Amino acid sequence: MALTDIWFLLIALLWTGYFVLEGFDFGVGILLPVVGRTEKDRRVAINTIGPVWDGNEVWLIVAGGATFAAFPEWYASLFSGFYMALLLILVALIVRGVAFEFRGKIDSDRWRRNWDLGLVVCSVLAAFLWGVAFANIVAGVPLDARHEFTGTLFTLLNPYALLGGLAMLLLFALHGAVFLSLKTTGTVRARSRALAHGLGLATVVVGGAFLIWTSLAHGPAWTLLPVLVTAAALVAAILAIGRAREGWAFLLTATAIVGVTVTLFGSLYPDVLPSSTAAANSLTTVNAASTPYTLTIMTWVAVVFTPIVVAYQAWTFWVFRRRIGALDIPASTGLPARAPSA
Amino acid sequence: MNLDLARWQFAITTVYHFLFIPLTIGLSVLVAGMQTAWVRTNDQRYLRMTKFWGKLFLINFAMGVVTGIVQEFQFGMNWSDYSRFVGDIFGAPLAIEGLLAFFLESTFLGLWIFGWDRLPKRLHLACIWLASLGTILSAYFILAANSWMQHPVGSVVNTARGRAELTDFGAVLTNSTAVGAFLHTMTACFVTAGVFVMAISAWHLNKGRHTDVMRPSIRIALITVLIGSLGVVVTGDLQARLMTEQQPMKMAAAEALYDTVAPASFSLVTIGSLDGSQEIWSLRVPRVLSFMATGNLDGKVEGINDLQASSQAAYGPGVYAPDIPVTYWTFRLMIGFGMLAGLVSVVGLWLTRRRASRPLPRWFLGAAVGSLFLPFAANSAGWIFTEVGRQPWVVFGTLRTADGVSPSVGWVSVLISLVVFTLLYGALAVVDGILMVRYAKAGPPPPTPPAPTDETEPRPLAMAY
Repeated sequence: MALTDIWFLLIALLWTGYFVLEGFDFGVGILLPVVGRTEKDRRVAINTIGPVWDGNEVWLIVAGGATFAAFPEWYASLFSGFYMALLLILVALIVRGVAFEFRGKIDSDRWRRNWDLGLVVCSVLAAFLWGVAFANIVAGVPLDARHEFTGTLFTLLNPYALLGGLAMLLLFALHGAVFLSLKTTGTVRARSRALAHGLGLATVVVGGAFLIWTSLAHGPAWTLLPVLVTAAALVAAILAIGRAREGWAFLLTATAIVGVTVTLFGSLYPDVLPSSTAAANSLTTVNAASTPYTLTIMTWVAVVFTPIVVAYQAWTFWVFRRRIGALDIPASTGLPARAPSA
Repeated sequence: MNLDLARWQFAITTVYHFLFIPLTIGLSVLVAGMQTAWVRTNDQRYLRMTKFWGKLFLINFAMGVVTGIVQEFQFGMNWSDYSRFVGDIFGAPLAIEGLLAFFLESTFLGLWIFGWDRLPKRLHLACIWLASLGTILSAYFILAANSWMQHPVGSVVNTARGRAELTDFGAVLTNSTAVGAFLHTMTACFVTAGVFVMAISAWHLNKGRHTDVMRPSIRIALITVLIGSLGVVVTGDLQARLMTEQQPMKMAAAEALYDTVAPASFSLVTIGSLDGSQEIWSLRVPRVLSFMATGNLDGKVEGINDLQASSQAAYGPGVYAPDIPVTYWTFRLMIGFGMLAGLVSVVGLWLTRRRASRPLPRWFLGAAVGSLFLPFAANSAGWIFTEVGRQPWVVFGTLRTADGVSPSVGWVSVLISLVVFTLLYGALAVVDGILMVRYAKAGPPPPTPPAPTDETEPRPLAMAY
């Protein structure tokens, strides 16, 4: 297998890690006002992802860095081409990140409501936009002979990509609902389980449509296999949630996300960013790649350190394996809304 | 237009990001040290110190994390031709930084924040040390990447592919510029965290509050600032010599030295024309520039005019000097603010030289509070100096900044993102500032009774969102 193919697989793996992990914390953000009708319940939901959301997000940073290192042309064309979409994603990730950290710092309903609004809107926005971005990567965008993007933000907002955005949004919401069912007790768990049913059915329909479109329009025939696996995993997840087998349900929605990335990257290969205007202008794993020397060094680094990272992140999930309920939530440690007059 | 907007955006987002980073790095080590002291002595004061400074550390850490994502994305967004040119070399340290450093830092910090009651004491302590190690590793890799831009080593330019290609990764990682920059940055991180702890402790001591925690805190801080400052001076001296050798124009620009001279004096302040080319009046110290640049009091320092001529001979027509007033003043502000911070610690330690527990006088406490801004200003000035001083190059002697900007991104897009980031960062600065001040003033938690050992009772999470 060529080094460039190994790196195509590794980058697919990093995005898979990102979507499987940050997918559920996007989901928790998206569902926050629905599963958490009281402040206690909202804190239950947020504390399920408290120890891990930042580590989940690093998968994105590493995916971005690895793309820069292994396929600089892909990184350059993609990030400059998808400029406005990425700007929105960045704003969403920034606001979401500080919202987690800052919402409890002042003990005031207004303060928390404002951060929660940011958290929900930005989780929805980021989840949706990643779907839009990946649909466009697979379908291709207008590129000139220098591999420069020649479209605008509205080029990216085509029907196929919007369907991709909606599919990703539903999938992450479902993944989040299943995660909350697995990690909480009491009302949050009950609401999450109920939500998972409806979301599961919607995801099967919308996600199925998106994946079938992807496979038929852009992918080789074998990509219908991961489409089927995804659909089967989603149906099985709905059944598992119905029988309160939440651990299985979580593994199944994670499998569905793997199925989605396999379909997307399988349809993309051997291109990394196809040109919709002229096939000759497409970026491929070969013409976008770094030198074999750089790829060799990066391969060794990845082979040695990725398993270590996976091991300690897995250990983190083990440490925080216990379900969280309202009884676990201490009184607010935030400072009062107004500084006491000294 | 595009170039100027993209440069402003990089400057704003990067200087802003770097307000938080040195504090994160330095404070992570100090908090880890405080917790170690608690684990070893079981003294409640160290626990309260850990919780108090740890909380401020986390508020600051969040800002560093979220502004960091922009850093990685904007190379591709605004500087796509730069990214195409350097990706083979520059991308690797960035990717390794993520894999080795950011995972370590974020995962173990999550374990530290939420693991107070879930992990055995020593394992929990190991988590903050590992997170701290992550922040330090990340500094090394990103500085190795930046140092390659200052002094490109271990690479060749492939003109057929229009890019630089890596030939020796070891050379990139052991670049003398990177070693110098890492040591200088690390010591500056300790000064930053030390001054932060010193200023806030001094505020409480001045009000006579929480003296049991703040006295040892200010002691730790004063020693940290002193050691850090000495390190900054020694490593800065090392860097000045490397700079003279590797980027002589930057050294000449730091002094606004137009004509080559030996020996060269260092001007503390100069009043001159706006572009820095004509001097009206200056206050000078003889031979200091010669010493800084060459390590020799009689050393010859090349001037801008000679360097411009030799650069034109090497690279063709063009202007090869950076913005002189910016480099001249940022160089002085960096050194001046840094030295002032060091001086405060010397005074503080002098006042308590006979007895560490001797109360510090009010005038000193006031000065210590007032010096909070010093390291942040010095850090910013230092980076503005070193990045502006490299101009017109983005990769020294290899790629011009003007040739690195994204050709397909219109100026309207760059302007929109510049406005969005400036407004968002401005708003976050207000929120972060309010939280920092409120939490700093609130002081450490009261001493807690030992946790109940009865495991059957459900008890709330120790540190929850």
